[in-house]
Amino acid sequence: MSHHIVQVEDLKYSYPDGTPALRGVSFRITHGEAVAIVGANGAGKSTLLLHLNGTIQPSAGTVRVGDYPITKATLNDVRRTVGMIFQNPDDQLFMPTAGDDVAFGPLNLGLPPEEVGARVDAALTQVGALHLRERPPYRLSGGEKRAVAIATVLAMHPSILVMDEPSSNLDPRARRMLIEQLKSFQHTKIIATHDLDLVLDVCPRTIIMLQGQVVADGRTSEVFTDLPLLERCHLEQPLCWSGRGR
Amino acid sequence: MSNIQGSLLDLGVMDQLARIDSPVHRLDPRAKILATLALIVAAVSFERHQIAALLPLMVFPIALGALGRIPAGIILRKLLLALPFVLFVGLFNPLFDRETVLRLGGIGISGGWLSFLSIMLRSALTLGTALVLLAVTGIPAIGAGLEKLGAPRAFVVQLLFLYRYLFVLGEEALRMTRARSQRSFNGRGTGLKATASLLGNLMLRTLDRAERIYTAMKARGFNGEVRLRRTLKITAADLAFTAGWSGFFVAARLWNLPRLLGDLVGGVAR
Repeated sequence: MSHHIVQVEDLKYSYPDGTPALRGVSFRITHGEAVAIVGANGAGKSTLLLHLNGTIQPSAGTVRVGDYPITKATLNDVRRTVGMIFQNPDDQLFMPTAGDDVAFGPLNLGLPPEEVGARVDAALTQVGALHLRERPPYRLSGGEKRAVAIATVLAMHPSILVMDEPSSNLDPRARRMLIEQLKSFQHTKIIATHDLDLVLDVCPRTIIMLQGQVVADGRTSEVFTDLPLLERCHLEQPLCWSGRGR
Repeated sequence: MSNIQGSLLDLGVMDQLARIDSPVHRLDPRAKILATLALIVAAVSFERHQIAALLPLMVFPIALGALGRIPAGIILRKLLLALPFVLFVGLFNPLFDRETVLRLGGIGISGGWLSFLSIMLRSALTLGTALVLLAVTGIPAIGAGLEKLGAPRAFVVQLLFLYRYLFVLGEEALRMTRARSQRSFNGRGTGLKATASLLGNLMLRTLDRAERIYTAMKARGFNGEVRLRRTLKITAADLAFTAGWSGFFVAARLWNLPRLLGDLVGGVAR
């Protein structure tokens, strides 16, 4: 199945004001992989993610999802395949209740009401948030918002999950629950994060970005042992490796 | 600062009230919306000097609120907030219309004063009813009801978004004013200039957020049409509710009920 492959080739992007954000990024992620994208603030992680479902069109280079290059014509298929979870759940939860929000995507896919209802319940159950279904988003805690935001994407049955900083602003327990959930998902996962301990738990492969370029791409356990590289990229070894951990 | 927080809490209170389980809460939102609209039309169609004839209409919001177990204090407090604006609308009536139309115990009352009072009463009546409707229905259900009644979708979606992001925007404004007052001393830094740039900043942030939300919507297949999931079912009780109250409003509009009552009581006494 070439279905769930994400292939990025020599991707370049400059902001409208001319500042380059991506300067030739290439990688290939295959079915079922879990890949972390790490790097300093402003390294281009979020910009890269926005290319993966066609929110931003590249200045040069291509992004292929499955068998399609991302173009205007394939955008709908791509967005059905790639589930994007944004950094701030408040931007992602815009409907009156959590249940309505999870139903938003499936309804847009044109599914019949019974199927939508079943998917809403299944997705909320999967993130342990079924009891929040009728709650308005502003009555959810940070961790609950994050869980519901993930459910909104799961309900569309994507094959690839793309997440921007999924563990930001979570308390330790909510973060732990998130990590357990991420590990249980069978999807191809692409996670941009500063949380290197999460990377260690969830992603066997890590891509390090620096100033719009890929400077390392390999097994997480190896990438994180290259101390000079980490230093150059404003990164540190995962906390659990330092001191008592190791 | 505490004002922002207060109003947000207040909004939250209205939302909580909408979650009470009572016979009027269970009514279909369309039934309640239509009855409220009927009341508003009836109230504004009265002749401009009418006061007494308007009074029977007050039965509706009072009954609705009482059956829905809505504390009157909350509604009245919100009403007081709105009335100053109405005051300005009617303020000049007594100056322009000085013709005496009514004599009470030898004191002449001008048409201007009567219409002024009538405006105040109508406003309190219609606003109060709208607030009670909100408290016994909730915005999401009102949105669904409006949509099913054929209101333009763009309007309904706008309403739902406004409601959703009022809280987010309010909290953002609260954080910003807090940050400002931490560094303002002796009134310096709270002036018009700082406030203007704070508001400008808030607007820019809001625009940014709107763009992020739109991105998130597109990522989940949004193509210009927001589909709502709610299914509503009209029952006989809903129909009876709307028809009964609308009938009552029409009766109150056609006949001066207090006067009829007065005549009746007077007739019996004689």
